[in-house]
Amino acid sequence: MRYINGFRDGRAATALSRLIAAAVEPERDYHLMEFCGGHTHAISRYGIQDLLPPNVRLVHGPGCPVCVLATPRLDGAIELARRPGVTLVSYGDMLRVPASRRLSLLKARAGGADVRMAYSAAEALAIATAEPRRQVVFFAIGFETTAPATAHVILEARRRGLGNFSVYCNHVLTPAAILSILDAPEVRDLGRVRVDGFIGPSHVSAVIGSRPYEYFAEEYRRPVVIAGFEPLDVMLAIRMLVEQLNQGRACVENEFTRGVVRDGNRKAQQLVAEVFEMRPSFEWRGLGQLPYSGLRLKSAYADFDAERRFDVRTRPAPENKACQCPAIIRGVKNPTDCPIFGTVCTPRNPIGSCMVSAEGACAAYYKYRRRVPAKAG
Amino acid sequence: MCLAIPVRVLSIGVDDWAEVEIGGVHSRVSLALIDGAAVGDYVIVHAGFAINRLDLEEAEKSLALFDEIARRLGEPADALHQRLS
Ligand code: SF4
Repeated sequence: MRYINGFRDGRAATALSRLIAAAVEPERDYHLMEFCGGHTHAISRYGIQDLLPPNVRLVHGPGCPVCVLATPRLDGAIELARRPGVTLVSYGDMLRVPASRRLSLLKARAGGADVRMAYSAAEALAIATAEPRRQVVFFAIGFETTAPATAHVILEARRRGLGNFSVYCNHVLTPAAILSILDAPEVRDLGRVRVDGFIGPSHVSAVIGSRPYEYFAEEYRRPVVIAGFEPLDVMLAIRMLVEQLNQGRACVENEFTRGVVRDGNRKAQQLVAEVFEMRPSFEWRGLGQLPYSGLRLKSAYADFDAERRFDVRTRPAPENKACQCPAIIRGVKNPTDCPIFGTVCTPRNPIGSCMVSAEGACAAYYKYRRRVPAKAG
Repeated sequence: MCLAIPVRVLSIGVDDWAEVEIGGVHSRVSLALIDGAAVGDYVIVHAGFAINRLDLEEAEKSLALFDEIARRLGEPADALHQRLS
């Protein structure tokens, strides 16, 4: 447990908190976006915002994979699950996410669809192997962290000649989302959201490395510090960002040296490159259509593409009007800005996607809300 | 999905499956996405797949730094700033 508890030491956190307070220039504000839902969770869980001086504000980003899946894509998964003979295998968090017409995968299951929960892509493959008479569709979501595993099971399915396995691919790419935040009118023109620097994701970066961030650190003059998921990692990364901003630098630095190298995990990258290609455009919840931000199966693997095998069509779906998830995902609003946060919308009865997964900002605020100031902003 | 912690590889079986342990809890993860993992290594696991090995030397360096920061809690911040820059 040394490699977990060692990064949660309270005395070091207090010391870092003092160091940050001593480092900030009192007359300026520091708006730091944590891109990744894992960081959002850690920040809420350990009350990190409370350990920072008032002029250092953490802005939550779009890095919760469950939160950013657009409703039409989820509707597509439900439609797939209802086809006769189909077994839809999904990561557990997706089951409770509200879709159109108050549906969810969980409700579809209650209505007779064969929806199963998996912790890993490998389980979907195992189901297909064990039940050759079912058409097993893996509902693949997530960032660069889960895409290599999906690529691996597709290659395995081909090696084993599994004709009853396919993938409904919804993988998305981190750099595209960060660029969209930086290009968003709220950030660029309206000045409603300020992002002075980024806390870079741990696991995504373990796969893609730190190199992909170098472009926009330089081009957009925003420092990026890749941080581990433990509280001391996040605190030290904040200290490093403050330092860069004070010095007027905008570089990519790596706090999470135990897990991330500049080139990332080459083997995982090769698997992804073998099986997937970029879609010209992909819809995200909150961010809309983003160019070259999502992956699909290459035509060489068309046999394993559920969208082709089952001719899945997506239709536009209206967002629930009360739900502020789109604005929260863009960093424009906080969960506590939502009028139904914690009243109508709770983890037991989520109205929006941000209340479902532990990485969602609303769920993180709800779970640890004693530590969160009533109103941030 | 993202909330993962490093686990220790206890044994490696067929098809890149490994038995791993964290705080006494055992489970099975796939090593198919990484090269050269060996018994005794720590790996970072995400949704059932190891996505990287934990670099223990770097981990120890970070821990030593945090240790030092904690020990010097009472000292004026300036002394520590130098250590960090
Ligand atoms: S509290 Fe619920 S309804 Fe409000 S923004 Fe969050 S998920 Fe949406």
